[in-house]
Amino acid sequence: MSATSTPPVPSTDVTPRPGRAVLRAELILFFREPGSVFWVMAFPTLLLLILGFIPAMTEPKEEIGGLSTVEAYVPVAVLLSMIMAGLMAMPPVITGYRERGILRRMSTTPLRPSSVLGAQVGLHAAASLISAVLTLAVGRIFSGVALPSQIFGYLLTLLLSVVCVMALGSLISALSPNTKIAQAVSISVFFPAMLAAGVYMPIQQMPDLMASIVETLPFGAAAQALNQATAGDWPDWIHLGVLALWTLVLSGAAARWFRWE
Amino acid sequence: MCRPGAGWHCEVMSLIEVTDLRKSYGGRPVVDGISLAVEEGEIFGVLGSNGAGKTTTVEHILGLRVPDSGTVRVCGLDPHVDRAKTTLIMGAQLQESEMQGKLTVAESLELFAACYPRAADWRVLAERLGLKEKLNTRFAQLSGGQKQRLAIALALVGNPRVVILDELTTGLDPAARREVWSLIEDVRASGVTILLVTHFMEEAQRLCDRLAIFDRGRVVALDTPSGLVAQSASGTVISFTPSRPLEEDELAALPGLASVTQHEGRITLGGTDETVNAVISLLARNGVSAHQLRVTDSTLDDAYLDLTGADA
Repeated sequence: MSATSTPPVPSTDVTPRPGRAVLRAELILFFREPGSVFWVMAFPTLLLLILGFIPAMTEPKEEIGGLSTVEAYVPVAVLLSMIMAGLMAMPPVITGYRERGILRRMSTTPLRPSSVLGAQVGLHAAASLISAVLTLAVGRIFSGVALPSQIFGYLLTLLLSVVCVMALGSLISALSPNTKIAQAVSISVFFPAMLAAGVYMPIQQMPDLMASIVETLPFGAAAQALNQATAGDWPDWIHLGVLALWTLVLSGAAARWFRWE
Repeated sequence: MCRPGAGWHCEVMSLIEVTDLRKSYGGRPVVDGISLAVEEGEIFGVLGSNGAGKTTTVEHILGLRVPDSGTVRVCGLDPHVDRAKTTLIMGAQLQESEMQGKLTVAESLELFAACYPRAADWRVLAERLGLKEKLNTRFAQLSGGQKQRLAIALALVGNPRVVILDELTTGLDPAARREVWSLIEDVRASGVTILLVTHFMEEAQRLCDRLAIFDRGRVVALDTPSGLVAQSASGTVISFTPSRPLEEDELAALPGLASVTQHEGRITLGGTDETVNAVISLLARNGVSAHQLRVTDSTLDDAYLDLTGADA
């Protein structure tokens, strides 16, 4: 129909790197969500910082095994950041991508939509691990909290916990048909998770029955393992086992029920 | 014609070939034996009302769905199985699919360009699509027309051989729609084949070389737009106001006549070229002069309603 011929657009000849491009785009997007950045990367550290400025919080207490409240709250703040990343920040992003056809759109390109999910999980995990380092540093510098003595046990627990929370977040994203439901489900998992991690009361302070129930939950087991590693012991295999089992079940379920559209 | 370096050739077959495609959802056939072939260089239209099976067919061509039966081939490849290759050949704009709201136009184009071995220079593409001023604007801040232009740019950035546009102009105002139409003509002029899904007659008539009319999961007609108009019962419309009334019998006897209506002394006839000639000689025979004689082609609208029986 049209007789005029449009000159072709010049093309570039570079090796395609879709995975890297997706990671870059999602990283930019992560930092454009000030809410997520604050709750994941700043809030847990701030909480610890404020506790450290209250004199009563830095005195050793018998009911938490001779630790000060600040000391007991370092592992709690570390877990809190993971919970924020995996439960509050990530699921609405992923369900939003599905709801608005972004994953479907990606499926028509050489890009694998799974790389978008991979980038989301990876970035949120990295953000909470960076936050963990910040928390440990702030505890050490401002409140004189000793760094974990069993460093490898601590690292292993951190890694297991972050994988577990990301699996939980992925399962919420998988099961929620839209962003609103994802947020509602996240909130209802969020409070029990915070309770188990010891945000309201460190696990050392919980009544025995409550502590033994909480230990069967991922964040309760993680809290116990982190406490043991902080004190210089290798974490009990039962706690690591509980974490690993939850991770296995949650990620299996997420993979089973995830829908691209 | 295959592009150099593409690594595979498909000079014999059509670019897209759908053969007896069937797909049911919950026991209800949505696509019920669709066959069509899109040839290199054409704008092929798929026209039909909502629920006619247009989008489902497109989803199969893009490899997003597995057919219940029948085959889909893109450059001879099964788009569901050979996804890695067919996604390089096809660029798509999908209905109701967005980009990340906080990603800018430039970042979106850059992301997609990074996925293809011979991507177009996205800056040139953005300029050509009138997005140069909007490169740093986030997706959520774009107007409907700008979002659609970005969708076209994203569909083109991989230098595809065929672009699939699904309801591209739905939701745009008439001015933005016309603007997008001329962009589509530019794309074709640059040698890219286009599969255009639409429910706008005017759009199909203006843009498409060939057109498949879908109705309830089937292709009810496949021809050029003018061929479709000619196929319909009343291809030509003749209207005039005679200087004195004509006998109804004489009008009814006109060859090729499909319809007669009289309104306040004005006669409107639907028919063919043959009818036009017969009317002129009828008028001459009776010494009747015709005021405001108009002969027009019936539109694709009329043809569509005829073919799908939607008027009934």
